[in-house]
Amino acid sequence: MTQVNIGLRVNGKKVNETIESRQSLADFLRETLLLTGTHLGCEHGVCGACTVWINGAPSRSCITLAASCDDAEVISIEGFKDDPQMEKLRSAFISEHALQCGYCTPGMLITAYDIVHRLPDADDNRLRLELAGNLCRCTGYKGIVCALRRVLGPPSENG
Amino acid sequence: MKAPAFKYYRASSLEDAVTVLADQSVFKKLLAGGQSLCPMMNFRLVRPDLVVDISRLRELHGVEQTNKTVRIGAGVTHAMIEDGIVEGKTGLYLREVAGGIAYRAVRNRGTVGGSLAHADPSADWPSALTAMGARLEVRGPNGSRTVDINKFLEGPFQTSLNDDEVLFAIELPRLTQSARWAYVKACQKPGEFAKAIAVMLVDEKLDLHKTVLGARQSSPACLDEIWDGKEESKIDAFLGSSKSYERTTHFAALRKAIAEVQI
Repeated sequence: MTQVNIGLRVNGKKVNETIESRQSLADFLRETLLLTGTHLGCEHGVCGACTVWINGAPSRSCITLAASCDDAEVISIEGFKDDPQMEKLRSAFISEHALQCGYCTPGMLITAYDIVHRLPDADDNRLRLELAGNLCRCTGYKGIVCALRRVLGPPSENG
Repeated sequence: MKAPAFKYYRASSLEDAVTVLADQSVFKKLLAGGQSLCPMMNFRLVRPDLVVDISRLRELHGVEQTNKTVRIGAGVTHAMIEDGIVEGKTGLYLREVAGGIAYRAVRNRGTVGGSLAHADPSADWPSALTAMGARLEVRGPNGSRTVDINKFLEGPFQTSLNDDEVLFAIELPRLTQSARWAYVKACQKPGEFAKAIAVMLVDEKLDLHKTVLGARQSSPACLDEIWDGKEESKIDAFLGSSKSYERTTHFAALRKAIAEVQI
């Protein structure tokens, strides 16, 4: 038996499915639930495009088995639609030109969402360090750092 | 790429996992955080018949501190350590190491025990915990045994863990307030696997003096002293004396560590 039953919450909705045990969470979201906002780049945990929220923290959905997400609370980029903090980040990304092709953007926004909650005092160097796990080949990161700065406000003296 | 097909079993307890591992007829891999195993399966570098998920075993998630030791469950994540689950000076050392592992999204799932059992020479915990003289508790069908980290790490991706055993906990000495260290990684990009790792750890009160050289083509090398940068022959024993890129990178990391630890 290479199949397994899972029950989890995705974007607030209870989901029960029988899946191939080898299926990644990213493929489960995209192909089973048709939530194609989660993007796949490298499929080995380096590019960050597939980053989603699992049990209150960002994780790589390409190197997380859907099978191991039984009982988990998963939020993909679609699930942040009505989140006020994510709305601030989205509009800052638009204002600061923090995307061009947009491929990295869903993962980038989820990482940014983690940064504003976990590191509200981060200076620009720290922001760049934290963003190193999400590859963007268009912007050179300048716009993304500016967008985060816009949401976080000026760096604090102790930042 | 996508992982090849395998059977999946979620262990209900450590005992359950050990029972499942006892069947020697199939090739099994333990899944903790999966942050190395899943990429390797995606690349099809590893093709297990059965994946045994131990990521949710509470027995593996505890941290216990006594006057002299800290015991960390093998399933504790890098992010938990980064956020300070271990107290005191030992905690500060571990936080510095944990915070530099890959990226936050990886640290949220990757575990300290998984990293040791995977034994990638370029990973952080093998070098960082060799410097602390960690002792590893392993559980198997015959109960529990404890093994020194330098006996556990046998080579690249090779450990003395038997097929029917699970790494259970990591025991470390509690560093005193006088402890100093330098943990230096040579990376072209933050979060990538290190080209070289140099660790220097001193705790006079514990009579602990270690210089560790990691990210070699073998397990971490350990000197029971703080190398002063003078006698290169001591290091040549680990790296060879030819002027290779590897040797140059390691020496650069070592010299940076010497400067940092003496500040």
